[in-house]
Amino acid sequence: MAAAVRLLLADPASQMLRLAKRFSSTTAKITTHYTVVPRDNDPRWKDVNMERFEDQADVVIVGGGPAGLSAAIRLKQLADTNGKEMRICVVEKASEMGGHTLSGACIETRALDELIPDWKDKGCPLTTPVKEDKFALLTESGRIPIPILPGMPMYNHGNYVVRLGHLVKWLGEQAEGMGIELYPGYAASEVLYHEDGSVKGIATNDVGIAKDGSPKEVFERGMELHAKCTIFAEGCHGHLTKQLANKFNLRDKAEPQSYGIGLKEVWEIDPAKHSPGRVEHTVGWPLDKNTYGGSFLYHLNEDTPLVAVGFVVALDYTNPYLSPFREFQRFKTHPSVRSTFEGGKRIAYGARALNEGGYQAIPKLTFPGGCLIGCTAGFLNVPKIKGTHTAMKSGMLAAESAYEIVADENTPTDKGLEPVKYEEALRNSYVFQELYSARNVRPSFHTKLGLYGGLMYTGLFYLIARGKEPWTLSHGGADHTKLKPAKDCKPIEYPKADGKISFDLLESVALTGTNHEGDQPAHLTLLNDDQPVNHNLAIYDGPEGRFCPAGVYEYVPLEEGDGMRLQINAQNCIHCKTCDIKDPGQNINWVVPEGGGGPAYNGM
Amino acid sequence: MARVLVGVKRVIDYAVKIRVKPDKSGVVTEGVKHSMNPFDEIAVEEAVRMKEKKLATEVIAVSCGPTQAQETLRTALAMGVDKAIHVEVTGKDLDTLQPIHVSKILAKLAQDEKADLVIVGKQAIDDDCNQTAQMTAALLDWPQGTFASKIEKGDGILTIVREIDGGLETVKVKTPAVLSADLRLNEPRYATLPNIMKAKKKPLKKLTPKDLGVEIKAHQEVVSVEDPPVRQAGSIVPDVDTLAAKLKEGGFA
Repeated sequence: MAAAVRLLLADPASQMLRLAKRFSSTTAKITTHYTVVPRDNDPRWKDVNMERFEDQADVVIVGGGPAGLSAAIRLKQLADTNGKEMRICVVEKASEMGGHTLSGACIETRALDELIPDWKDKGCPLTTPVKEDKFALLTESGRIPIPILPGMPMYNHGNYVVRLGHLVKWLGEQAEGMGIELYPGYAASEVLYHEDGSVKGIATNDVGIAKDGSPKEVFERGMELHAKCTIFAEGCHGHLTKQLANKFNLRDKAEPQSYGIGLKEVWEIDPAKHSPGRVEHTVGWPLDKNTYGGSFLYHLNEDTPLVAVGFVVALDYTNPYLSPFREFQRFKTHPSVRSTFEGGKRIAYGARALNEGGYQAIPKLTFPGGCLIGCTAGFLNVPKIKGTHTAMKSGMLAAESAYEIVADENTPTDKGLEPVKYEEALRNSYVFQELYSARNVRPSFHTKLGLYGGLMYTGLFYLIARGKEPWTLSHGGADHTKLKPAKDCKPIEYPKADGKISFDLLESVALTGTNHEGDQPAHLTLLNDDQPVNHNLAIYDGPEGRFCPAGVYEYVPLEEGDGMRLQINAQNCIHCKTCDIKDPGQNINWVVPEGGGGPAYNGM
Repeated sequence: MARVLVGVKRVIDYAVKIRVKPDKSGVVTEGVKHSMNPFDEIAVEEAVRMKEKKLATEVIAVSCGPTQAQETLRTALAMGVDKAIHVEVTGKDLDTLQPIHVSKILAKLAQDEKADLVIVGKQAIDDDCNQTAQMTAALLDWPQGTFASKIEKGDGILTIVREIDGGLETVKVKTPAVLSADLRLNEPRYATLPNIMKAKKKPLKKLTPKDLGVEIKAHQEVVSVEDPPVRQAGSIVPDVDTLAAKLKEGGFA
């Protein structure tokens, strides 16, 4: 399966093989994107001018989330302190800063305190200090509270509940005020390389390509942004990071990254039930003991009585009939949970993959010409369920290392610069200390005892030994290898949506505000168009129709004759990346659509 | 050669689900994704094409609204507009702002900037008023070519094909004139990144309605804003007689 991924690389021999396969395949013709159907020999592109405008910056940052913006701000701080001119450009695929941000979230302000100590005076939207912290194990009808004591990873005293999208928007305003160039609405779609193979920068997406892959009248090439150092902050499972990891063998010494999907809603609830600063987490029902996951419910302190509620399902689940979205919906119907939502109104919905691999899955972070920061590398502390402070800190450390090499006038200009000191600095920081001490918690769920084994391990070893135990447990392989064939599994009976507390998928997708230009090639590309029906549907009963939180994938009957085909509703996509992670054949390759498309989250 | 004034409005993005504010005074706009009114994009595109065909010498974009309206103007500048004017309207004035005020502002600017042509989108997708072009023309006493799906320039005359209920209507108007753009007029170009970067250097002037002698006076009061009623489930009837009886029952027959 890794071979399928390697086909991505622009290697003429494998491209020829792919083209041959495409023209000899019998049924489906789904994928038209140029990353799978190249334009070089396509007659429709013969007379099109493919030149790109080029511009030069000192540092280009791909992704304007907490990590990317922290890196940008730290770089500018260093440049200003040292009286140096530095051109820093941030490209972000969302049309507005924070537009694609989605997180619980309960954050530690550790990194923010370092980056912008006077954040409170500057109007940072951190208005909900944690007041109450609850943890429980749910059974089908009951709730067993588990006390949270200081020292436990989920002890949240001193932390803040935050609408991360608003924090990102605020960070964007700070960055702009400092003279950092932010370009929301422009996606980095291609990594550029110098002759020596080091990263030269990125190219933004082309626009005006029709759904069938041909150029439209409004076709325009993206532009090239060259940089001495390019920092990749794409968030969990970045598509360019996937290519870089292959090209520079960044994962040779690391375990494959392991993921979860987090679904989230924001509700306006009855003020009588609202308690700002209350943080609640549960494990157990509705998931079985062998499926890792749980819920969060945070009461925000804003103008209206808002709560953020969500559910995480680890993507190493085995039953292809599992639907993370429907698990989330039925979680809300639990007797101890539903009362919060009765009489309330759902005002937002969204989903995003998150990384759970922790320490064991951290790849090599630097390569000639750039580095990886934030969730695209994977610094989420799983037992704490916090990755924002570690993402920000990684951005700051990368910036410090990048600054040194970029500001040095003696460095060569014909090759990309590698911020080598970044990885060492990170290893010596609290980021690694935390991740190292938490490293065995998540894998401890992989025994036959499942959830109970995990809780026991956390209780015994984490609390007592704090991760100092000399062994490191393994995740046991990539998430997509864990799915069992449908014939070996039992379909799950999910309750129907009641329209008051639980909802159906399409109604929920409408709340994400997601949209894409309809007339463009689907950005959910398939390396092999026949594989969905022949493999995913045949063996696993089409799990993508269940794990996609936006209804992108649908198996529909063929217009003529028997059989099914895969219909990709690319416009619904909310950029969560779950399909690219969980597809059992690794046939789905998510690439970035035209910039500006995707969800329109407001403070998620 | 013509100088073209284009009116653009920053509205809630068409794909976003609108939510009524709990106090029913309006819809939630804070933090919600906004973009340029789609019909105004078409208007900007038409103006820029006129310049490229050398039928116009200069294109000026105008937007009335809060600070963020400048983002909309930057998009217009990136599409090829030469300069932008932001008429700042905030707070209470913003709540009161209606097409009549915008028309007065555009009319004054058309005179100040010596425009030969004013083009706006046929309507904004938030209020669906479809009034600004018409009122601006009336204030200026200029002819109007609204719902334009094709514009051809002759000597001091414009031939406009208009989309009307019965089909297509062709009118000839003398310039100076006010036009409003309909859907099929053109396909707007993308604002590409190099142009967004260049747009930062193009002039953007800031004014207030007062500078133009326009008072944002309230002519109407919004009493309440509500969600449309939830659609009731239908029912299938077994035969025509039952259908007729149900229609009588409901007072429809």
